[in-house]
Amino acid sequence: MLRFAVRRLIGAIAVLFAISVLVFLIFNVVPATNPAARIAGKNATPQLIKNVEEEWGFNKSLPEQYWTQMKLIFTGKATSYSLAHINIDQRILEGIPQTASLCIGAAIIWLAFGIFFGYISAIRAGGFVDRFVTVIALIGISMPVFWLASIFLYYLTYKVELFPASGYVSLSNPAEWAKHLILPWVCLAVLFAGFYSRVLRSSMLDVMNEDYVRTARAKGLSQRRVMVRHVLRNSLIPIVTLFGLDFGVLIGGGAIVTESLFQIEGVGYFTAEALNQQDFPSIMAVTIFGAFFIVLFNTIVDIAYAYLDPRIRLGTSAA
Amino acid sequence: MSDLGTTSTAGGPLLEVTDLVKHFPIKSGLLIDREVDQVRAVDGVSFTVNKGETLGLVGESGSGKSTTCRVVLQLLKPTSGSVKFEGQEIAGKSRRDLRPLRREMQMIFQDPYASLNPRKRIGQIVGDQLKIQKIASGKELRTKVEGLLERVGLSPEHYNRFPHEFSGGQRQRIGIARALALGPKLVFCDEPVSALDVSIQAQIVNLLDDLQDEMGLTYVFVAHDIGVVRHISDRIAVMNQGKIVETGDADQVCEHPRDAYTKKLLAAVPIPDPRESRARRERATAG
Amino acid sequence: MSVTPETAPAPAGGAGGGPLLAVENLRVGFATEDGRVQAVDGVNFTLEPGEVLAIVGESGSGKSVTAQTLIGLTRSPNSHIEGSVRLSGEELTTKSERELQKVRGSKIAMIFQDPMTSMNPVYTVGKQIIEAIRAHDSSVNRRDARGQAVELLGAVGIPDPERRVNDYPHEFSGGMRQRAMIAMGLALEPSVLIADEPTTALDVTIQAQILHLIQDLNRSRGLATILITHDLGVVAEVADRVLVMYGGKVVEQGTLDDIFYDPQHPYTWGLLGSLTRLDQPRPHRLPQISGAPPSLLNLPKGCAFRPRCPHEFGKCSEVPSLAAHLLEDPKHLDRCWLDAEKKRQLRQVEPNRIGLEEPV
Repeated sequence: MLRFAVRRLIGAIAVLFAISVLVFLIFNVVPATNPAARIAGKNATPQLIKNVEEEWGFNKSLPEQYWTQMKLIFTGKATSYSLAHINIDQRILEGIPQTASLCIGAAIIWLAFGIFFGYISAIRAGGFVDRFVTVIALIGISMPVFWLASIFLYYLTYKVELFPASGYVSLSNPAEWAKHLILPWVCLAVLFAGFYSRVLRSSMLDVMNEDYVRTARAKGLSQRRVMVRHVLRNSLIPIVTLFGLDFGVLIGGGAIVTESLFQIEGVGYFTAEALNQQDFPSIMAVTIFGAFFIVLFNTIVDIAYAYLDPRIRLGTSAA
Repeated sequence: MSDLGTTSTAGGPLLEVTDLVKHFPIKSGLLIDREVDQVRAVDGVSFTVNKGETLGLVGESGSGKSTTCRVVLQLLKPTSGSVKFEGQEIAGKSRRDLRPLRREMQMIFQDPYASLNPRKRIGQIVGDQLKIQKIASGKELRTKVEGLLERVGLSPEHYNRFPHEFSGGQRQRIGIARALALGPKLVFCDEPVSALDVSIQAQIVNLLDDLQDEMGLTYVFVAHDIGVVRHISDRIAVMNQGKIVETGDADQVCEHPRDAYTKKLLAAVPIPDPRESRARRERATAG
Repeated sequence: MSVTPETAPAPAGGAGGGPLLAVENLRVGFATEDGRVQAVDGVNFTLEPGEVLAIVGESGSGKSVTAQTLIGLTRSPNSHIEGSVRLSGEELTTKSERELQKVRGSKIAMIFQDPMTSMNPVYTVGKQIIEAIRAHDSSVNRRDARGQAVELLGAVGIPDPERRVNDYPHEFSGGMRQRAMIAMGLALEPSVLIADEPTTALDVTIQAQILHLIQDLNRSRGLATILITHDLGVVAEVADRVLVMYGGKVVEQGTLDDIFYDPQHPYTWGLLGSLTRLDQPRPHRLPQISGAPPSLLNLPKGCAFRPRCPHEFGKCSEVPSLAAHLLEDPKHLDRCWLDAEKKRQLRQVEPNRIGLEEPV
């Protein structure tokens, strides 16, 4: 198990390094225009451009450029010229609590509903409940986030003022914090819950046909016990993989649309701003930030996998 | 059973395997994989197969009999050792050099459900190799394939059907037709009847027998069912843990085994005769 | 000349000495996409305490479905089950799922063909045995249950059971895995063990060991066993009585010696004839049964074996009933229209070989 974990971690570090190189190349080497001029912004003076060149190392060799830029980003000294001279890293750090609140809350909701609906669809496969849940799930999957968000905002915050329209209130005021996040949570969770319930249903139906489930029944175990300890337990493995990937993307600043529409100024919101202004340093930074979380969660999932399935854990010794 | 007799006067050696070895490395280590041990799947195997005869290869799971077949056919690269086909060394040759040999040596696989591509029609499955090796095409190809299908006991009208439309026994016949399409001299049969119903097994074994007589084939017949192997083989080689522990005439090996493992294997085979079975058990507890 | 268990202790029989298990007119049908399939069509048999009954057949014969139906494993919205299954006089087919769960494992245990896939790979073997024990008696605490699990593994011949009880299924070899499954089956001391092809997936030397184990358990514990198999060699080694199934029906039924030395049904002749005998000289051609086992969706009219039977004649277009055709042996039943004298002639294809067709 240790060997497995160590190797995955080393692999993760290698991947992050490769991503940082790729991001660097894409943003600085590939585009045709003078990168320094782009970074300096629209109203840049030649002097400013020159300063940027210095600061960002465009007058040096490629490996040195890479090193300089990574240093700026990782030591918190990168500033954005297009976005009011803010410190990029500072801005990202400030956005984390908001993104985290949004993502973790939504994750809990979508896991709970996804697993619940998937479970009941599977145990009553083909029946009315199953069909009903399938339709609901498909509706959920089909609703684009921006559309759903707009509907919520219009009907539930404007027409009828059930919920606050926007913004984020910190956790120090839990009631307000939750009230401001309910709509965004639901918005984000609906898509995933629908999808996860389908995945779990399919996974459970496969597992239910396995020989060991037949053995469990033959031992005289109760239906509930067979379903939970044998079927569900083994069906969760694909859900774990999926969750790792989905959550990693979101928490790395992937909930761009939701954060923007609900004015939750997290990492996703910042990403939207940076994209609008075409501020490449910011975009680079959030990309690496996002990549970090995706790789991290991917690795966590792999290690969790080995915990969930002992055959993977024991590797070559299990013959 | 070949009509050409039960001893090695059936013809000169078609296949000569000498000291064949196939090791699979076991790797371990925290950061870097180091080879800590090996799985000695085939551990110094030597045998010859004469033209027109059937060599039975018997052993239990893990004995290395299936791996031996694959290594001889060069589907896996041997770790060391020599394989001579018609006097020509083929061990370790490149894929390109081996291509013409593929016409001469073929294999029939165990699982009739897994060894046929479910997306291809059986006419294609049997005939594709003829196209690839540029032996026939178009109408000629079709006629040839239909002929093969008939030879193995299937109806030529089934040319356009898919594997799932056939039973296990029929699929195995398709597998046989595929193996024979190129007119090989040597055919490896890797557990061809183990996955079939008992009443169908005999049909397939008889079919293989007939085809051997008709087409002058040489077989290496691999199975764990000694009864079936003894029926179809002229000579038998018994494998245990990667080594051949005994070779000889089929009847000799089964009636007068010399090696301890062979004796153990034969003693374990259930006798489908209650009185005999009881008598054997009494002999075992008394002796 | 039938085999009786010599030293078996007094086993749990039916009330008033009746059979332990009585199956009457069992019929199981499934609704599938391609139509209705009658997997089991009127099966009758009894199982006496301490007896080993073998049910022999190929794919589509209905043998596995019969076995699984005994403990209600085939109950589902698209299955239709009729008939009676009585354990020690108690009717099982009318029991609710909850009530049947109490019977499963504790009174009738079942083990399956492939021990690798029949155990949950994510739990240790010990945990799975403990689960069985505690499901039927939640008052047993974990430590005691674990102790029992260790004892059971030892009883079935697994070395070093203290350590192995914490191993996962894939850490066992094939034979050891099947022993562990048997241990799990014995955990609650059932009176009946149903073994569905327990040795088919195993090597022949391991098969011999497992059969020996089952036989041991049958003798020492008086464990009545229903053995499902397609291998007549296995049957000859351990069975007391035999049921031969074909196309969902029983086509022959009798003692071990009846079936091997006085078989009455052409299908049985065919099965016996196609066996390879190591202790006899080889035939020139392996006697075979032409054709293939019937698809249950499309059973032939009349006798199901008719399309493959070289001895069929006019009357075979009517479904033969299962009856005793030998006056001296009322318990030996078969489903064939041929008369006894003709059968004796036809089946002797060679001076000392029974088969379906004369060898070519």
